[in-house]
Amino acid sequence: MSEFSLYLLQQLINGLTIGSTYALIAIGYTMVYGIIGMINFAHGEIYMIGSYVTFIVIAGLVSMGVVSLPIILVIALIVAMFIASTYGWTVERVAYRPLRGSNRLIPLISAIGMSIFLQNYVVLSQGSRDVALPPQITGGWAFGDPSSFEVTLSYMQLMIFAMTFITMAILTLFISRSRMGRACRACAEDLGMTNLLGINTNKIIALTFVIGAALAAIAGLLLGLYYGVVNPFVGFIAGLKAFTAAVLGGIGSIPGAVLGGLVLGVTEAMTAAFFPSEYKDVVAFSLLVTILLFRPSGLLGKPEIEKV
Amino acid sequence: MTTNKFYNAIFAAGITFILACLMIGVKLDTEGTTLTVSGATTEQWMWIVGGIAAVFLSQLFSSQIDSLFGKMPKPKLGALLPEEKKMATLKPWLLAALITVMLIWPFMVSRGSVDLATLTLIYIMLGLGLNIVVGLAGLLDLGFVAFYAVGAYTYALLSEYFGMSFWACLPISAGLAALFGFLLGFPVLRLRGDYLAIVTLGFGEIIRILLNNWTAVTGGPNGISGIAKPTLFGLEFTRRAKEEGAETFHQYFDLSYSSSYKVIFLYLIAVLLVIFVVYLINRLMRMPIGRAWEALREDEIACRSLGLNRTAIKLSAFTIGASTAGFAGAFFAARQGFISPESFIFIESAIILAIVVLGGMGSQVGVILAAIVMTILPELAREFSEYRMLLFGLLMVLMMRWRPEGLVPMKRPHLELKQQ
Repeated sequence: MSEFSLYLLQQLINGLTIGSTYALIAIGYTMVYGIIGMINFAHGEIYMIGSYVTFIVIAGLVSMGVVSLPIILVIALIVAMFIASTYGWTVERVAYRPLRGSNRLIPLISAIGMSIFLQNYVVLSQGSRDVALPPQITGGWAFGDPSSFEVTLSYMQLMIFAMTFITMAILTLFISRSRMGRACRACAEDLGMTNLLGINTNKIIALTFVIGAALAAIAGLLLGLYYGVVNPFVGFIAGLKAFTAAVLGGIGSIPGAVLGGLVLGVTEAMTAAFFPSEYKDVVAFSLLVTILLFRPSGLLGKPEIEKV
Repeated sequence: MTTNKFYNAIFAAGITFILACLMIGVKLDTEGTTLTVSGATTEQWMWIVGGIAAVFLSQLFSSQIDSLFGKMPKPKLGALLPEEKKMATLKPWLLAALITVMLIWPFMVSRGSVDLATLTLIYIMLGLGLNIVVGLAGLLDLGFVAFYAVGAYTYALLSEYFGMSFWACLPISAGLAALFGFLLGFPVLRLRGDYLAIVTLGFGEIIRILLNNWTAVTGGPNGISGIAKPTLFGLEFTRRAKEEGAETFHQYFDLSYSSSYKVIFLYLIAVLLVIFVVYLINRLMRMPIGRAWEALREDEIACRSLGLNRTAIKLSAFTIGASTAGFAGAFFAARQGFISPESFIFIESAIILAIVVLGGMGSQVGVILAAIVMTILPELAREFSEYRMLLFGLLMVLMMRWRPEGLVPMKRPHLELKQQ
């Protein structure tokens, strides 16, 4: 293979890595939207908090003298998911539930308030500077000719793929097989009717926020380890990207969110291959506007019908 | 019921404990290349305990608190005003008095307070612009600051590269901001409202990235400095005229030079611009288009079945709002003399949105009052400046919960039939 196509292959791998974490965050948006028809504006902040908790747990365990990396990672994952879920639940409880049934604009504004609050809460408690973690998972496989261009697939990237795949599989099983998953699907179909049939819809809505937050925490852990830095402002742009991914795939559809995340990640990586990397955010956004212009229901979404 | 409430309160306190511990209770630090965690100080723990106690008590007595809020008399500003009939005769006098005070006031106070008043007037302009979009048309715009940036950079660039004057650039800035609003709104406004929120959020970020990276034209992060100040019919407010032979303001009127003339002049321009914007919006609200904005906000399907063109009406609100921001932006650039992408970050959009929400969506008086409060309070409480954004966020959540109509709820312009 020529040097150029190897370079593209490398960008493809990088793009898929980032894309799969976008997909994890995007699922949170898409599930909440599917049920209550609203954007969870504080979702990006939840992801950021997940990253912070991961860093805190890893630094704490290391200072306590735990050396085994798998144990550290598993504990970090569990704690991050638990804390992020608590935040997700609280966001729903404080910013959405009391306002259910009012004008659409009102919960949106309160969610933005929540997002600003959480961001500044972290700024005040952890400082606004970057926090860096030395790489935990090093090494990888290399292909190609070492003298010209070498494609590397690091173990970290492999872990991101594996974790994303496992999470998706568990989520799909949960949604399609479990009792609560069925209730979730029923709520997405018709919230009022589900309520009439004796399902506690408030609980199901809270559950979607919790699941979304837990997935965002997994993404926070993976991206935190991948980049090795976190600051209180990462949630803003990541939330924007993940939302783009959700819209791209068709908001409300879980496979759509995954597809959208991967497409967005690869598009960004390919842009970064040819243009200065600052412009990759511009490309993500242009993609969002183009999709809205030509196919508002997204790649896999169903056209929306307004109900009276 | 009471025991149920008690368990609820314990649960809420527990959740607060978890949330507080992992953010306030531990702090990450970088020491060399390793990351360390340190526990919080005793003072911080006291805060956490205080917070948990507050949540516990408020949950335990939530019904009492809610009923207290319900009982609390809402400030009835309407009652302060005289009767409708008297009002009609009094109103022009009141307005005239207010405008006179606004025009005379700067000559009696310090330079600093005039400067602060000018800043407040800029925020009033921005608040009024966003009020059309969010308050009247019900479209959530989270990237309002982008149009503000477009206006500011239009004036700065035209003045730097083509030497155009402030007065010529003012309509161009507004027009260009409106054009951007039109181009952005066109694809998005056909869809449901939530998309607009996120697209405008992205747009605000993109404009900032472009300004930051297009170094050849915009100067990148260094911004543009030395932007020309406005002139009074060609009279400058500097100590010496830039061109040979031209006269400056103080030479023409045979006054001794003082830098406060410039500050007062800028303030007076801002007053004029605000009066212009207020008048314009007041007229628009009474026109069919203004009524269509509100009708569309209330019930889209009904409006469409009555034959209103949804996209055109929303687009008009969005574009007019954007042009107001462009207006304010051009004035901001002229006042500062220096602009950089730093001035146009998301927090600014959030502050403007908070002004509109706090004041009462759709209410002009409310927005003006909120803009005054929001710019003057941070100046008075400088030691709390780090908590400013935190409080803004909290305020937005609490306002939506207890008083979504804002401080001064909107009053629709209406006419009453005379009693026979």
